[in-house]
Amino acid sequence: MYVAVKGGERAIENAHALLADVRRGDRAVPELSLAQIDNQLALGVDRVMCEGSLYDRELAALAIKQARGDMIEAIFLLRAYRTTLPRFGASEPVETADMNIRRRISATFKDLPGGQVLGPTFDYTHRLLDHALAQASEVPPAATASASEATFRSVTDLLADSSLIEAEDAQDGEVGDLTREPLSFPAGRDLRLQNLARGDEGFLLALGYSTQRGFGRNHPFAGEIRYGEVEVEFFAEDVGFAVPLGMVSLTECQMVNQFAGSGTQAPHFTRGYGLAFGQSERKTMAMALVDRALRARELGEETGAPAQDEEFVLSHSDNVQATGFVEHLKLPHYVDFQAELGLLRQLRAEFAERAADNQISDTPLQDAAE
Amino acid sequence: MTALNPDPAFASQAAFRALMEAFARPGEMRTLRGVTAPAPLAPATAALVQSLADYETPVWLDRSLAGAPAVAEWIRFHSNAPLVTDPGDAAFALVADPHTMPDFARFAPGSEEYPDRSTTVVIQVERFCGRSFSIEGPGNKTARSLAAEPLPDDFVERLHANRELFPRGIDLVLIAGERVTALPRSIRVVMET
Amino acid sequence: MAVANNKNVDGETAEAACVERRAAMAVLAQAEADDIERGLRLVGDGVEFTEPRPVETGLIMLRGRIGGDGAPFNAGEATVTRAAVQLASGIIGFGYVLGRDHRKARAVALCDALLQADDYRLSVEQHVLAPLRLAQQQRRVFARAQTAATRVDFFTLVRGEDER
Repeated sequence: MYVAVKGGERAIENAHALLADVRRGDRAVPELSLAQIDNQLALGVDRVMCEGSLYDRELAALAIKQARGDMIEAIFLLRAYRTTLPRFGASEPVETADMNIRRRISATFKDLPGGQVLGPTFDYTHRLLDHALAQASEVPPAATASASEATFRSVTDLLADSSLIEAEDAQDGEVGDLTREPLSFPAGRDLRLQNLARGDEGFLLALGYSTQRGFGRNHPFAGEIRYGEVEVEFFAEDVGFAVPLGMVSLTECQMVNQFAGSGTQAPHFTRGYGLAFGQSERKTMAMALVDRALRARELGEETGAPAQDEEFVLSHSDNVQATGFVEHLKLPHYVDFQAELGLLRQLRAEFAERAADNQISDTPLQDAAE
Repeated sequence: MTALNPDPAFASQAAFRALMEAFARPGEMRTLRGVTAPAPLAPATAALVQSLADYETPVWLDRSLAGAPAVAEWIRFHSNAPLVTDPGDAAFALVADPHTMPDFARFAPGSEEYPDRSTTVVIQVERFCGRSFSIEGPGNKTARSLAAEPLPDDFVERLHANRELFPRGIDLVLIAGERVTALPRSIRVVMET
Repeated sequence: MAVANNKNVDGETAEAACVERRAAMAVLAQAEADDIERGLRLVGDGVEFTEPRPVETGLIMLRGRIGGDGAPFNAGEATVTRAAVQLASGIIGFGYVLGRDHRKARAVALCDALLQADDYRLSVEQHVLAPLRLAQQQRRVFARAQTAATRVDFFTLVRGEDER
């Protein structure tokens, strides 16, 4: 419990003014524009959109600027903003098969139709600091080459041709939405994926890593990772047909995992899936690992590892919830603490009394507390 | 087609406020500025639809309203709300002909866990006079008298039955012209005069 | 209303008109407000219209598919702005676009209305859609060419038959 304490108004006001002052920093240094953040810190914008669960590059850039680069604070701002807007409905499911590919790689097949397209990636960089970037630099435009493929068949699709991988059930039914109905367990895979899609990248990364290290191993291969733009369509009741709303960038990861099979079903690969706003490769890979781990029970595997514990994973993945509960500890708990203090003093007094009675001084404290 | 309201946000807030206050003081009259809408959808009902309904609140129309395609068209255009044929699926039910309104039991009463998942029934009456009845309950210090017509003959019995379900049950809004009053599920009919 | 208008013509024509409107919306949704408005000025400054409903920004829940090809799930929301305009003739046009640009949604709605008006359709196609389509096509080709340059050619070393 905490109680309202008055008297801090002036201090709070001045603290906010000080925050604005240090956010701006040295006035001799040019101020950041949202376009600069959007363009040059694009992956930060992607992450904030993804975990803020709101696709709007400009708003995410604004949130990053306002939060002084504190990503979780920026995500919080975006989540708060979205609650002020009415919802028009849900889009038609995006077709990642039709993606305008910017990057597409597979760790399972070297020669797949469309090939390995690296796109803008940190892979194969030397991870050496590039001091040339410390100054403004002229960057030549990237090379071009003739392009043949317009769309790329997915690796899971290719595996499905020979029934080597499990098929998804494409049935369109009721779609769970954890922003409308509180999460309850067991949760369907739709809700789990929604939760993971907005979940904290670091948390999912650690959980995904834990499955690789043996806590719920499921032998993953990065079947395919693709990043690019897809068109979003929305069936507008008033218009009467599905209206194209524009393009969004998405990253998709298809993990191909160890087999399942049964008396009636031939052994086949299983799948883990990751989808995220923007170019969020690490996030989608971790998400796919955790998605697969959470399917352990469904697939009749041994369970017990943290990443397989649905309630544990889904209840702790949201960094806005997590930061709210952790950071609330800094709010005044004066009365709470007074109560604890009173109790402790009483225990100590009782202890001292007993010690005096018995004329011993080395009784452990927990005995005294009994 | 409705002319563009210069201050749609304020109009919407005004309608919301009127209804909120109506629910806070059951039986008391509030004024609600209507918007132009195709008959038999009353302007005040239309204003409520515009400010309260959206794509997540299914709307049910009684036979008289459903018989006018322009009404459904108007609701879709201005609120995006889906129209449903089963009153039990409706977040809002609009009744233009009170005599033929379905039994309250056919609307959604909500559940013990989520009593809010119930239908709010908006009834268009012609006037607030006629045979009166008294209500009491939260929002009113003393019993308040209310009259409206036309209403089904067994309206008071229906209110009784609705109160029995508490905390489940439906909430009612009565509209005549620009006057609106609310009968939330918490009210009790104390006497008929 | 728009839907009512469509009901007046026979089913097939209405469907063809919808396909055409959808295709135009796809181009407009990817354009900037300034560019659409520049084209609209060439169509004619004198087009009068009213707004039967105010322009509004809201959200849509963006859906993906489980595994890329399975049942839908909610991936996160996106901002969307919608507008509706009505011409003097009664024709209603709609604009639904990602983002929060009211000016753009209104311009798209106006284009949609004019595309349904026989005396404006060709002009909108010529002054608004054609230039946008061309610019977008060029951008796409360029992006695809840049991407293609990052494609790994595993055979180059062993085959030695590359023309480059």
